[in-house]
Formats: sequence, C-alpha cells, structure tokens
Amino acid sequence: MIEFDRVTVTYPDSSKPVLRDVNLRIDEGELCLVVGATGSGKSTLLGAVNGLVPHFTGGQLAGAVRLDGLSTADHPPRDLAHLVGVVGQDPVSGFVTDTVEDELAYTMEQLGVPPEVMRKRVEETLDLLGLAELRRRALHELSGGQQQRVAIGSVLTGHPRVLVLDEPTSALDPTAAEEVLAAITRIVHDLGVTVLLAEHRLERVVQYADHVVHLPGDGTVLSGDPAAMFAVTSVAPPVVELGRLLDWSPLPLSVRDARRRAGAVRDRLTGLVPPPRIATVLEAPLLEARGIVVRYGDATAVRGIDLVLSAGTVTALMGRNGSGKSSLLWALQGSGRRQSGDVEVDGRDPKDLSAASARALVGLVPQTPADLLYLDSVGAELAQADRESGADDGSAARELLDRIAPGVPDDTHPRDLSEGQRLALVLAIQLRARPRVVLLDEPTRGLDYRAKQALRDVLADLAGRGHAVVVATHDVEFVASAADRVVVMGDGDVVADGPTVEVVVASPAFAPQVAKILAPLGFLTVSDVETALAGSQR
Amino acid sequence: MAWWVWAIGLGAAVSQTDNPLLLLVALAVLGYVVTVRRTDAPWARGLKYYFVLALIVVVLRVVFRSIFGGAIGTADHVLFTLPRLPLPHWAANVQLGGPVSLENTASAAADGMRLAVLLCCIGAANALANPRRALRSLPGALYELGVAVVVCMSVAPQLIESIGRVRRARRLRAGRASGLRAARAIAIPVVEDAFERSLRLAAAMDARGYGRRGEVTAGTRRLTTGCLLAGMVGLSAGAYGLLDTTTPALLGMPTLLVGAALCCAGLGFGGRRIATTRYRPDPWQVPEWLVAGSGVLSAGVLVAASAAGIGSLAPSFSPLAWPGLPLLPAAAILLAALPAVAAPPPPVTRGAVSPLAGDRRVRARSPEVAA
Repeated sequence: MIEFDRVTVTYPDSSKPVLRDVNLRIDEGELCLVVGATGSGKSTLLGAVNGLVPHFTGGQLAGAVRLDGLSTADHPPRDLAHLVGVVGQDPVSGFVTDTVEDELAYTMEQLGVPPEVMRKRVEETLDLLGLAELRRRALHELSGGQQQRVAIGSVLTGHPRVLVLDEPTSALDPTAAEEVLAAITRIVHDLGVTVLLAEHRLERVVQYADHVVHLPGDGTVLSGDPAAMFAVTSVAPPVVELGRLLDWSPLPLSVRDARRRAGAVRDRLTGLVPPPRIATVLEAPLLEARGIVVRYGDATAVRGIDLVLSAGTVTALMGRNGSGKSSLLWALQGSGRRQSGDVEVDGRDPKDLSAASARALVGLVPQTPADLLYLDSVGAELAQADRESGADDGSAARELLDRIAPGVPDDTHPRDLSEGQRLALVLAIQLRARPRVVLLDEPTRGLDYRAKQALRDVLADLAGRGHAVVVATHDVEFVASAADRVVVMGDGDVVADGPTVEVVVASPAFAPQVAKILAPLGFLTVSDVETALAGSQR
Repeated sequence: MAWWVWAIGLGAAVSQTDNPLLLLVALAVLGYVVTVRRTDAPWARGLKYYFVLALIVVVLRVVFRSIFGGAIGTADHVLFTLPRLPLPHWAANVQLGGPVSLENTASAAADGMRLAVLLCCIGAANALANPRRALRSLPGALYELGVAVVVCMSVAPQLIESIGRVRRARRLRAGRASGLRAARAIAIPVVEDAFERSLRLAAAMDARGYGRRGEVTAGTRRLTTGCLLAGMVGLSAGAYGLLDTTTPALLGMPTLLVGAALCCAGLGFGGRRIATTRYRPDPWQVPEWLVAGSGVLSAGVLVAASAAGIGSLAPSFSPLAWPGLPLLPAAAILLAALPAVAAPPPPVTRGAVSPLAGDRRVRARSPEVAA
C-alpha cells in the first residue's frame, strides 16, 4: 500500500538528512506504529506519505514514495486526498467549517462525491465514531476528545485507504485519549484501513500495533513485528521496560499479557516495600492558599480551593481538560484572575505585588512556553533574564540552564530548539528570579520518554534544593515517577489529595501500567521494582 | 447569498442619493435588520466596527474638505477661516486653508455619509451571512484566493486569543504589557504562532483535497488566469469611469461590460477544471427571494427616481436648505426592512460562541484561553 523506495529527506539549513535511504513497505490493513525520540524524523516520515513533505515543508526528497502506485513527486497532496487521510496533533488547526456535519462532508465535497452518497457516509461515520448526538454542534463547543474524533471522521468520509495520525492523543486527558484510540482500533478492525500512527505515550497504543517502525535517530528506519522491535527500540512504554528488566520473551505489550506473566514476580515482591518517595522531613509550608475562587462570567473554574505547598515536594495536579488546573496555577502565581481567597508566600500575597516581586515569590512556566520568548538567540534571552532579575551578576541564568539542560549553544534561535530544550530555557529564565515556589503547566506535552526523564530529574533536584514544585499534567506515568503528592481536580474542586501511591492506585484511570500489573502491591514504576528486587537479592 | 444581494441592492439604492434624511433611514433599516436577524456567531458582532469605520469616514471627509477648501459662493456663510498656505503657481488648482463655509461642510458631510452607509451595507452582509458559507458560493476559478480567505478567517479570531495569552504571559517575566517595547515582545510570539497555524490549516486543506485539479492542461490554466486578470482590470477601470464624470465616456459602461465578460469567461474556464459537490446546498426559497428581492427593488426604485429627477434625492447645499423627505424613495428604502420579518429567525445556539467568551465548553477545550 505504502512504499518508500530509497527515500532521503534533507531540510534546508541542515547538514545531515532527517531520513536516509529509507526502504519501507506497509501492507494493506495494518496498524503501523511509528516510534522514535523527538527529532528522529517521525513527523517527516508521516508527512512524506501523502507528499506534505516536501510540498508544504520545503526541503528535498530523493528517492520515491508511492501510494498504491502513485508517486508523491507527480501528485501533490490534494490529488492524493482520496487515498490518504491525515490527522494532526491539534485538530482545531485543521478545521475548515463550523459544524460537525459540515466538517465531515468537507473532504467529500472536495472529492466530488454525489450528494446522496455523502448523506449515507456522513451517517455511517457519525455512528462509527459515536458522534451522532453532536452532529449539529459547533466545532469549538466540543471537548478535545470529541474534536479529535471529528477530525478523524472528517478524513474517513472520503474513504481513504490509508489513515496517517501524527500524535492524535498528545493533547488529551487519559479518558479522551481512550475515546480516540478506541475509535482508531474500531476503524482498523471494521474497515480494514491501513493506519500509520505516531505517538509519544506508547503505553496507550502498543497493544494495538501490528507492525512497528522504529526511527533510532540517525536517519535510518527499522521495521518489524512489535514484540521483536521493542527489544531494541530507544523508547519503550513501562510494560515493555518491565518485561526487559525481568527478561521476559516475547516481551509483553499489554497490561493483560504482563499481568498473566507476573505471578512469580508478584510473589517475590510481596512483603517488600517500595522505596519511600515522600520527603520525610516536612518543612514549614512555603505557600498557603485559602478559599481560592476563579470565575469567568457565569462559569466558575475554581471553587474555593485550599492548598498548602511545602518545601522539598513535587506535587502533581491532575484532572480532566477544563477541570480548573490552569486557572488555579495562574491564580496562585498572582497574574491570573482570582475573585476571592488569599495566597500567602513568605507572608505576602503575590497578587498585591508588582509583577517583578511576584515572580520572585512564585514562578510559572505556562502551557506554551514559547509565549515568553521573543529574542533571536538563546544567549540574548538569558542575558535579558539576568537583567530582568535585578542584581546583575553575570551569567546566573546560563548556569541554571546548564544545570537543567547542558549544552544548549548561545547562538541558537529559540524556535529551533526541541520542545524539551525550549521548556528548559523558559524554566531557567523563570528560576533566575529565585522563586521558592515553581509551577509548571502541562510541561510534558510533546516530550519523549528521555526528555520526560530529564524533566523528572530536574524537578527532583529543585525539590532537593528546597523549592516547592507543582506540575499540572495528564501524564499518569510521569506522575508515577516524578511526584510525591497528587492533587486531583474535578470541576473546580479538589477530588483527591494525598501521597502519589495512595491516589494513583485508587483509580484505574490514573493508575500507571506497573501498578496495574503488580496490583495490589504499591509499586508504581519500573525503577521502584528494580530497586526493590536489587535490595532483596542482597 | 440572499443577504449579499440584499445588501448590495440597498447599497446601490443609497449611492443614488446624498439626502441625509434618506441616508439616516437606510442606516436605521440596516441596524434594525441586523439586530433582529443575526446569529450569535463571532462574525455577527462585526457591525459595530463598521459603524466606527463609517464615522471615521465622515469625519475625514469633512476635515479634508475644510483643509483643501473649495469654491466659495458669494452667498455662503463662512464659519471660520484657516490660515492659507501659499502654493507655487503650478499647483494653482489646489488650495490649502482659507475660509470654510457652512455649505461646503454640509455637502462634505452628506457625501461622507453616503460612503459611510455603503460601508455599513457591506458590514451588515458580513454580520448576517456566515462568511464560510458565502465562500462556498465562490466560483471554482477563485479557489486559490479561497485558501487565503479561509485561512485568514480562521486565524484572525485565534490571533486575538493568542495576543491575550501572550500579554498575560508577559507578566510572568515581569515585562510590561503595553508600550512600544512590549509591542515587540508580544508581536513576535503572536506572529510566529499565527504563521504556524496558517501553514497547518493550509496543509490540512490541501491534504483534504481542496483545489484538486481535474484533467486540465497548462494552457487552460493560463487562459483562465489571463481572462480573470484582464477582466478585473476592465472591471475596476469601468467602475472608476462610471463614477467619475470627468473621464471620457468610453472608459465607463463599455469597459465595465468588457471586463465583466472577460471575468465570466475566466470563471467559466476555471470552473470546468474542478469537480466538487455540495453536501447541503443552501436553499433558495421564498424567504431568500423576499430578502434578495427587497434589496433589488429598493435599488430599482431609487435608480428610477434619480433618473426621473426627483429633486430631493440630491438636496441643494448652496443655498443651504433643509432637505425634504421624498416619500417614494423613503418607502423604497423602508421596504428593505422587510427581511426583518421575512427571513427565518436565527437558530438559538447553546451558550456563547465567541472563542473569547468565558463559556465553559470553550474553556474545556483550552484552559489557557480563559485562565
């Protein structure tokens, strides 16, 4: 169905090719998972399938990409629309019309499908993706998961034979992601569409894959059977990591597989305690918030929340999209709205202070860190950060950045940094003001496993230096490995608050894979298991 | 579509007169119809910006007329005298400063008002018709233009949203949220963001088959483009010739017709190359006829009245007299208010639709917007 014949892609201003001499064949009806670290060329590979690379991105493509015999060199993406449907990370940026029905019909209109057939296909697609109730709703009124399903449906109505999905769930909370993935597997099984899927949070999709394409990062591509490929991939979900640790073969890909194999390990681990995660010495609270209320017009985003943050802890703030996490963080920092309640840091309320003094008490890294960057090099941004923070003691910001992400050159343009590096730069800029309380809004978005691990180490280091850290995130696995305490929000209220082990194991939606495999034991991560096993052997 | 015909009809009617009373009647009609029949979609709130723009047009017109002066009759009432700027002899026709008369100011204001009401007509059409649906009625040959317009329309509201977001983020770095320095710090992330979104949308449209070419040769394509370009030039030259009475007659109607013919030919050639279908064609039934018809009818009556020389369509400014309200034209303009009853009432949508409103559902998608 899809054929890459000695494909090499080189972007301008870059010395080495993103993809080098790639030969790849994907057969009809497969669900093919594309895995690799950030920057390894996943998006380029996916974009090349229908010719968006290089027709839209620029760069040079040598070799040939053929779809059902048609080469992308002779056919621009619009002429392949009847063969390939593409869905990107952010569904909203691809919407052309206003309502669900119109959006579903759009591709068919462009393809010149007769109206009677269109009616039929719209109905089918509404049913297939469970959108029937939403048919007349405006697109921007829908939740993220619903929007993503509409985006998938809107390309499906054209009856493409290949569906290309570039991180379809990365912006969604766990429940919404489940919705979308369930829809995708249904498409594969019911319609036999070939699906090419890239996803950072592999734990959600590995079990559905028929075929894995691995990009190790040097431009080459390896492909094969999932269980075999994951033995060597540079990134892997926790279930696979656990299998690797315990030398299981073939590697388990789903929680179910692993749980069936794990009986012996569970016995060995019974009686062992997971390594302690909460800092035993609780210091005096750094930040005390009482009765925080945030309202927008008639809607209340945060309903009277009390929150105490102590030095040396990493707190994860979880909850559905729209449950008030961002509003709470902004209210704590003092820059966002707050209709009532007080925040006290160091005896002062950041809301009453100037912006400069407020950021010296509480630092916030917003959801889109790039919003804070406006200069044309990393060096200039760091120098500006030093100036902004008053006392000009040279290169303090540079030192911070080197501690968080070593080796980011001064003359790089901030836009050319990877997601992880950009996050590190903004974090360094915010830390330069020496706030004791650090808040991060959705920092894990777009980070691969390695970058997440680096972020976890940075947060642990910050906590160790006496900061209080809050991370708002959807990423269950990240929370399991990085947080000491979890606060779950729902509709503006605190639903649960407690040590990570207790909160996370209590609900299946929030439980990490390792906890599901080893339940009822309180182990959350592969490294917990590793430490415990190593301890028991000694 | 019906709304556009209606608005253009009313605009044509208005352009026949500079009687301020008639213009005020037209303005009232526009305001009433829009208030009664608009939806609560984001584009429907646009009319007030057109009103502001219209006001600026009137003011500018009066100010320019005062500065550049004009012939002053002996019987004119001089309001005040601006200092006169001597100009070299080759610019003898241009006069800077000098006495400003009541008559001149009044005629400038009436003239400006005509233009202003025309602008409001376009604004009303914009507020009443869903721009994306209007765009679907665009002929096939203008597809490339269509991409640009769709991208603009989708990105513009998002631009406002991201300006809000970046301004808020500025405070996190203790930067100032206003002033010239801050403008750079806000503009750069916002423009980068908008640029990326535009590219993503254009790519998405392309990937979904927008602008697919059927079997066309390069020759047909060139012919299409040539016809359209020549036609557009003809249309603009012709329109200019018609409106400006000092140009030779040849530049008027004949050029306009040739231009229109060329455009139609181009659109015809272009339309053949793309085969698209419509999911739910916009209906054209009794209400649409009534809406479009009322606009066309009032245009017709006013054109006829002006040809028949009904005096109060162009009231006298020198000597200045209180304009009379001619009954027939006024009735014709009032007729254009018919859609307020004839058109179907807008569907009641749940919740506010603006991306900036503090609506729960909206925030559910992107907490950063409202936070």
